[in-house]
Amino acid sequence: MVPISYYLILSGILFACGVTGFLIKRNIISIFMSIELMLNGVNLSFVAFAAQWHALSGQVFVFFVMVVAAAEAAVGLAIIISVYRTRETLNVDRVDLLKL
Amino acid sequence: MNITAFIIVSVIKTALALFVLLTAVAYTVWLERKVVGHMQNRWGPTRVGPFGLLQPLADGVKFLFKEDLTPPHVYKPLYIAAPMIAVVFALTSIAVVPVGNWVTIGGLHIPLQITDVNIGLLIILGVTSLGVYGVALAGWSSNSKYSLLGGLRASAQMVSYEISLGLSLVGVLMLAGSLSLRDIVNAQSGVFWGFIPRWNIFYRGQFIAFFIYLMSAYAETNRIPFDLPEAETELVAGYHTEYSALKFAMFFMAEYANMITVAAVASLLFLGGWHGPVFGPPLLRAILPVFWFALRIFGFLFVYIWVRGTLPRFRYDQLMAFGWKFLLPLAIANLVITAFVVAVFS
Amino acid sequence: MAGAVNLLAQRHPINGALSLVVVMGSLAVEYLLLGAEFVAAVQVIVYAGAIMVLFVFVIMLLNAGEEERTKGSRVALLFGVPGMLLGSILIGWVLLERGGGGAVPAGALPGAPKVIGWLLFHDFLLPFEVTSILVLIAIMGAVVLASHPDSDQGKKEG
Repeated sequence: MVPISYYLILSGILFACGVTGFLIKRNIISIFMSIELMLNGVNLSFVAFAAQWHALSGQVFVFFVMVVAAAEAAVGLAIIISVYRTRETLNVDRVDLLKL
Repeated sequence: MNITAFIIVSVIKTALALFVLLTAVAYTVWLERKVVGHMQNRWGPTRVGPFGLLQPLADGVKFLFKEDLTPPHVYKPLYIAAPMIAVVFALTSIAVVPVGNWVTIGGLHIPLQITDVNIGLLIILGVTSLGVYGVALAGWSSNSKYSLLGGLRASAQMVSYEISLGLSLVGVLMLAGSLSLRDIVNAQSGVFWGFIPRWNIFYRGQFIAFFIYLMSAYAETNRIPFDLPEAETELVAGYHTEYSALKFAMFFMAEYANMITVAAVASLLFLGGWHGPVFGPPLLRAILPVFWFALRIFGFLFVYIWVRGTLPRFRYDQLMAFGWKFLLPLAIANLVITAFVVAVFS
Repeated sequence: MAGAVNLLAQRHPINGALSLVVVMGSLAVEYLLLGAEFVAAVQVIVYAGAIMVLFVFVIMLLNAGEEERTKGSRVALLFGVPGMLLGSILIGWVLLERGGGGAVPAGALPGAPKVIGWLLFHDFLLPFEVTSILVLIAIMGAVVLASHPDSDQGKKEG
């Protein structure tokens, strides 16, 4: 018997770590990974609530979130590769002007 | 069955499975050398022991005593971890493979399988997906051009063929109606048309799926005709260029363990698992299904090695084109047709 | 959780990627404990086995090195970390105070693949189709964005 709040707190911590990483990291790939971490935290709370209220639609929604995360990861990494090709750097502090 | 008996039995089963798997890996190497040798009109190993049967032992000793050097330019943590990752994931999928019927030893009813999860097939697919990491990290951490290119190519190849692998298995899934490996095998019992056994390769025509699975398995385990990432003439030795002695032995083991796992899964899903004539006293009844299963795995491995000795290797763009432009549409077509057949005839 | 904090702490992105894989693996175990076995398997196959491999690929291709400490990052560190700590303490306090959720036994809701498949193809058919179109668009976009700008036209058929 695990209280539901444990799962929710874990999910909140994961989400907070994701946001913190998003704010403090300078490498664009690390920022992207923090986004994935946030999505995972949200997934965990979805599954926890689905288990609590016996509604399987929580798990189906997790499935959709994963699919969307996959699509977003693919396109985002492609964008990162293009940016790297023109700017030669992965540091977001250097990509702050529209002009090269 | 109470909890302590369960734990003891599980530990024994795990130890036994690991031991058998590792011995099987060693003797698959021997089998390969012998068979390829005979195909090339020469003897394989003959000196060490009768028929060269102790050759794997000699190889193991050699690997243990070789100098285990670490080049200075590698990224040490991943360099040491990558072969371990590869081996761990290669050895893990044996946990859900059932090798025989339920046996009753000393009053305990034990399935010959470490765990019978009802998503067994998905676990095997998942472990295959995770096995890409060993290769990719090995290539990257070695910090040399050949390794990086070999690692990238190998991991791209493995990821591409995972899709066809999974899709070819969905046809079997639809016929059996369950993801548990034991249920899939049990659905293949009996005969149809009087004498042809009801294996999935014959029944309702899953031979296309079997062909797709075979091709994808060759690509997943990086074997000829898809072994460009580790071909000596192309990329020195690909992702394991910078490895020596024990770490190289671990990669070697991982590759052959993957081969055996793939052969086991093919035997379970397409060739009928452990079904075969069973007769005699209870002890024989318990052992015979395992024997039939081993026979099927042996046949599959023989085909693997036969193909290795016979075919030339694909160029990398041919390889990727084959996977994406031929196998994937074929797998999807197989899926659609099987779904149609299952929906109409049931 | 250790994996998540490690992701923040690591300077080299490849270490971060690997700790994210650890996070996803442990999340899969959590899903199993909650009874969502299909979601756990999909998490391992899709997330840890494919998306993270993609991340590792890109890190290997772009040869991403260690992070640098510039002025901007120091500012962000100074404001960001305490801000997030404050925010998460606030969220945690709210959850604990107003929780009232009750306990969840292990394996509460059996999320068998058959049931989830039924839901996916009956109640959630429209989102399913829409997401598949989304993935198709994403694939096309990724291929176009990542291809070389000039050598794409005259490719010979292999």
